[in-house]
Amino acid sequence: MRRFILFSWVLLLTALSRAQETFPVNGVADKRSGIYAFTNATIVKDAATTLSNATLLIKEGKITAIGTGISIPKEAVLIDCKGRYIYPSFIDIYADYGMPVIQRTQGGFNFNAPAQLTSNQKGPFGWNQAIRSDVNAAAIFSPDETKAKNLRESGFGAVLAHQRDGIARGTGTFVTLAGEKENMVVVKEKASAHYSFSKGSSTQTYPQSVMGSIALLRQSFLDAQWYKNNPLAEGINLTLKNWNEQQNLPQIFEANDKWAVVRADRIGDEFGVQYIIKAGGNEYQRINDMAGTKASFILSLNYPAAMDIEDPHDARFVALTDMKHWEMAPSNAGMFEKAGINFCLTSSDLRDVKQFMANLRKAIEYGLTENKAFEALTKNPATLLGVYDQVGSLDAGKIANFLITSGPIFSEKTVIYQNWIQGEKYAVREELWNDAKGIYTLTVNTPGGAKTFMLDVKSSNSANVIAKDTVTGRFTFDGKQVKLNFPEAKGSRNNIRLSGIANNNIWSGIGDDVNGNRFTWTAVFNKEAETKADSTKPKMTPKTGKITYPFNGYGFEEMPKQETILIKNATVWTNEKEGILLNTDVLLKNGKIAAIGKNLSETGAKVIDGTGKHVTAGIIDEHSHIAAASINEGAQSVTSEVRIADNLNPDDINIYRQLSGGVTSSHILHGSANTIGGQTQLIKLRWGANDEGLKFQGWTGFIKFALGENVKRSGSTQNNRFPDTRMGVSQVLVDAFTRAKEYEAAWKKFDEEKKKNPKALGPRRDLELDALVEIMNKKRFITCHSYVQSEITDMIRVADRFGFTLNTFTHILEGYKVADKMKQHGAAASTFSDWWNYKMEVLDAIPYNANIMQKVGVNVAINSDDAEMARHLNHEAAKSVKYGGMSEEDALKMVTLNPAKMLHVDDKVGSIKVGKDADVVLWSDHPLSIYAKAEKTIVDGIVYYDREKDKQLRIDLAKERARLMAKMIGDKRAGMPTVPFAPSMELMHTCSDHNHKHGLLVIDAEQ
Amino acid sequence: MKKIFIIIILFVSATVFAQDDVYPAKPQTEKITLANATIHVGNGTVIANGFVTFENGKITAVGESSPASPGKLIDIKGKHVYPGLILSISQLGLVEVNSVRATVDHTEIGLYNPNIRSVVAYNSDSKVINTLKSNGILFANVVPQGGTISGSSSVVQLDAWNWEDAIYRADGQVHMNMPSLFFRPNPFAAFLGLAETRNANDVIKEGLGRIEQIKLFFREAAAYHKEATHSAVNLKFEAVKGLLEKKQKLFVHCDIVKEMLVAVDFAKEFGFDVVIVGASESWQIADLLKQNNIAVILGQQHSLPTMMDDDVDQPYKAATYLQNAGVLFAINDEDGQTRGRNLPFNAGTAVAYGLTKEQALTAITLNAAKILGMDNRTGSIEVGKDANIVISEGDILDMKTSIVTHAFIQGRQVSLEDKHKQLYERYKHKYGIK
Repeated sequence: MRRFILFSWVLLLTALSRAQETFPVNGVADKRSGIYAFTNATIVKDAATTLSNATLLIKEGKITAIGTGISIPKEAVLIDCKGRYIYPSFIDIYADYGMPVIQRTQGGFNFNAPAQLTSNQKGPFGWNQAIRSDVNAAAIFSPDETKAKNLRESGFGAVLAHQRDGIARGTGTFVTLAGEKENMVVVKEKASAHYSFSKGSSTQTYPQSVMGSIALLRQSFLDAQWYKNNPLAEGINLTLKNWNEQQNLPQIFEANDKWAVVRADRIGDEFGVQYIIKAGGNEYQRINDMAGTKASFILSLNYPAAMDIEDPHDARFVALTDMKHWEMAPSNAGMFEKAGINFCLTSSDLRDVKQFMANLRKAIEYGLTENKAFEALTKNPATLLGVYDQVGSLDAGKIANFLITSGPIFSEKTVIYQNWIQGEKYAVREELWNDAKGIYTLTVNTPGGAKTFMLDVKSSNSANVIAKDTVTGRFTFDGKQVKLNFPEAKGSRNNIRLSGIANNNIWSGIGDDVNGNRFTWTAVFNKEAETKADSTKPKMTPKTGKITYPFNGYGFEEMPKQETILIKNATVWTNEKEGILLNTDVLLKNGKIAAIGKNLSETGAKVIDGTGKHVTAGIIDEHSHIAAASINEGAQSVTSEVRIADNLNPDDINIYRQLSGGVTSSHILHGSANTIGGQTQLIKLRWGANDEGLKFQGWTGFIKFALGENVKRSGSTQNNRFPDTRMGVSQVLVDAFTRAKEYEAAWKKFDEEKKKNPKALGPRRDLELDALVEIMNKKRFITCHSYVQSEITDMIRVADRFGFTLNTFTHILEGYKVADKMKQHGAAASTFSDWWNYKMEVLDAIPYNANIMQKVGVNVAINSDDAEMARHLNHEAAKSVKYGGMSEEDALKMVTLNPAKMLHVDDKVGSIKVGKDADVVLWSDHPLSIYAKAEKTIVDGIVYYDREKDKQLRIDLAKERARLMAKMIGDKRAGMPTVPFAPSMELMHTCSDHNHKHGLLVIDAEQ
Repeated sequence: MKKIFIIIILFVSATVFAQDDVYPAKPQTEKITLANATIHVGNGTVIANGFVTFENGKITAVGESSPASPGKLIDIKGKHVYPGLILSISQLGLVEVNSVRATVDHTEIGLYNPNIRSVVAYNSDSKVINTLKSNGILFANVVPQGGTISGSSSVVQLDAWNWEDAIYRADGQVHMNMPSLFFRPNPFAAFLGLAETRNANDVIKEGLGRIEQIKLFFREAAAYHKEATHSAVNLKFEAVKGLLEKKQKLFVHCDIVKEMLVAVDFAKEFGFDVVIVGASESWQIADLLKQNNIAVILGQQHSLPTMMDDDVDQPYKAATYLQNAGVLFAINDEDGQTRGRNLPFNAGTAVAYGLTKEQALTAITLNAAKILGMDNRTGSIEVGKDANIVISEGDILDMKTSIVTHAFIQGRQVSLEDKHKQLYERYKHKYGIK
């Protein structure tokens, strides 16, 4: 009996439901208390406690006792677990188990389709279809046996299920994976509340951008706060009611990307919520930023597969960043552990849950410790969800969710025999419990007399028969049935076929031979086979490349440092009254311009010979759309609530490309899809910094407005969004500022009232109107996309009417027609050098525009609005020398000092002046010449672009590509799974205004 | 009543300031010599202090110092003389305003349109034309788009009353768009929760299938032309006769290496003169292109690199790869916002990244003329060629000195007025700017 246990319950899924008092019984009552004692086991109660030779006692689905020397009730069914291990079943905190399938509308996004401006949801709910806080996962939960089985077989016993749809997703429910009626498996009805940036199946047009999703979440927080006082104006709003009720639950945010993690956490910080964040797999690339969130994380174990890139044509189109991610993705969890960040693991992103254990082992191979892995699947999720009193360890009183395994849970050879959930057994690889290994005496009762063989059973599907010869038989054992087919002797054609049933250590049954004889046989267990020592060596942590900032071929392994730099003997374009200084030195120190003059010296300074070279202030691009995850929130005509700053993308390769063209600052504008667009962000091109690090410090915010063809949606034949004409555009502006004025008045009134009555109810805070009030109070400034003189004049008049100055007209291709009006109003102009005729409103655009406006006295800049053109804005400025004879100094100012002035940062940047930021470019040639190249681009005294270093980067990049390609191809040849080649496409955002070609792999995000 | 009429006239003449007073020039009547200038011949040669004489529209003398009988002598001391620049691929005259469908005439319906002739739709009154002349561009190849075979293109000179007058070389090229052999996954698929239904192999299979169809077309066309008379005339086959007889070239529009190699294969099977247009990836196979005598018209120099891993200046130096391998190539300007006027600066950028100035000039003059099959008449300042000449204040490739003062087409001094200069004058007038 040492090795054989009588399984009276083999392979039978318990069909008996636990009794549920209120439900009528059809038949005879069959109440059972399910008392089991699992004895002689190695029991891992939790990560810290392992009991040897211990007993686990369960009753009615709960653990009643655990330990050594506990008394076992007589009515307990005994299960000898000698040599077996018992673990608490795993918890998946991020599942959509049992949730209905979401119906999504097919087809891509169409910029010109009619807008759905209101929600389609029927009932007293909120205005936006993507805010689904009314969803209660428990109410729509329905167990799914197929999914449950897969999860159970991977070791899971309970999951947090929620409907993965929408920006707010309602509550999640904590359920076990038992095959029982809903009522019995729901452990906690409302265990969590869920959020994301993806609007999912919502067909409503708003939001259509990441920053729109962020704004919607922020406004929802404010609205819900306001709703607490039951404002009459809102009536009943179940969305907000539910939102408020869910705030005390654990808040889980699906970010799925390293920068999205940071964005989500920032929303939480603003409203006092610490989200638990579902990660996407690339977070190791910015582990310090992840730690900075102080969040707990949910990590998926989904790794990209190797691509089939044996064809060099294909390999060319796979970016290094993707290959690096392929190599390093399995180290994600290990990096989180090293950084001391709390996390759970989920199977949710895996295409097949069955990969879970294999991928988990890979994570362990890449640095995750087994202990942490175990906690991440048990205690951590249970603790986060407040159900550690019920699950997550093996302790008396907890739900009887546990695994019986053949060995340590994460070992490659270990199998899970059974997964017990709520005290019910679910077979996994139960047939291996008794793997039948050992030496047996086989007696075959042939007509010619009994023949005896030795049967050496190696495993459940391999056995040798030993008599005179040793022959290999075809053998199978499924835990109960035994089948064996073997030749009597080597080379003999007399095959004996046996089939029988195992009863403990005695097998018996019937057999045939080739002569058609039929007979009986028995096999009796004789002795254990000799076990060989485990010969598998512990695996070495695989070697990978290095993390760079940003995580691509041009990133830094170590961020460059601020230096003291002395540029000697250059031609210096000061942009100040000193003009152009020949044979002059410039000293950069502590991130500032420290001195300008002849024969400067500074000990410890890095000296750069500027002989024959030119030094200018860094180029400032007033109109750019790089480095952002989204640019246009065009779903409504007024979206002043959205902010580019909310969705900066520091990984954009175009940052580096612009640096190579001498750009040091870019003003990242919202697109031109609507009249009042979003808030802009001025950045410094600090390549490698995080999103916060990109921001230009000490800058007062701007907002993008737009007029004309784009905002009246001239490209659409189905426009249903007001306005459809320039007449309407004017009214959008007047209406918005009228509402903003009333809003401001309402707040002022409330502030007064509050002094008398502290309990007074305030107006609803409106992020959209907040921004407009800021404009009227000169705390935010406008840069307005505009083309024709009629709309320019009208915009000026609207600004006059509401008492503010329209700061900048951008594009402004007919500015030359109304330059006098602009000058009088005080507006600046940021224009293109020579664009025209690509649409009706630019029919009269002329390359002399900048010259005329400048001569009339308007502050004029030349901008790019295009990631390619931004690389040679100095040449664009030079065109004003050609067209109209502007002085060279004035021309250069149009891409340096003038934009600095219109962005109100000319006290910091825009000229070579002592005390200003060391944002400086060293040019190979006259900076307005087509032959000039930026040799060094310096921001804050840090050399971010160096043409010499760039050469080395290219060599290193090629080497690293070669290494990774060889590794990927090696994986394929070694028979590892590969996926077909797919090129790394580059998503690019534009104003959706022009038709630039950007190269083969670029996808215009607005098209 | 009469007063009202006058007011209307005044009003009309004030608003229709456009270009109705800019006239194509009359044929050259007197012999002209441009003297004391730096002559950039276009073939790599520079004459430091040279002259050029032309008579009856033809260049009769080029050299140092000045000729014995100069005719009308124009002293352009310190200025630079260039051959008229050539826009190798453009939609000039076929598109007025990109966003207004009614003004767009570049793409016909159907896959096989070799019989389409672009020049018949060429609007010689397009407002874009004069802005190009102002920058020294005197010729443009007017190219139809769309389908598999888009039609034939013609080169026009930019100073004409109508398209027939404008023709400089008629129907010299047939344009073919290579079926894609490149898999572009739907970038929004993951975002929208859609599964990718195709992979790279499917796309290539499909593309190769379509290429086989094109070959079939040409094989059938070749067979058709073996017989002199036909019961039914096939206009499409008729239209490629010149191509089969090597009187026309096949311009294949493609970028990817695999696609370009298929273009080479076309040249081999049918003996076509093949020119690859676009060719952003051609730098990788420059030696193969040279080996197979394939010429290249590079697309926009001012482009972003194809891959984020590429050298940040990859497109800027693509021309240098071709130059070094000895490939016949032209540089072009296809920018939709500036409409071709920056052709010299696209060439200038190539100089910053490896070409010599004269090589870059050749890429927008003589090489372009060779590729377009008209180098016997233009593309360089050489005796016997048409007097297609541009004078610039300074280096024409560098915008700060690229100020065109004179231009001659076939010896005719053409007006350098354009809509932009006129609007400039109008508003200088408004503000009293000198």
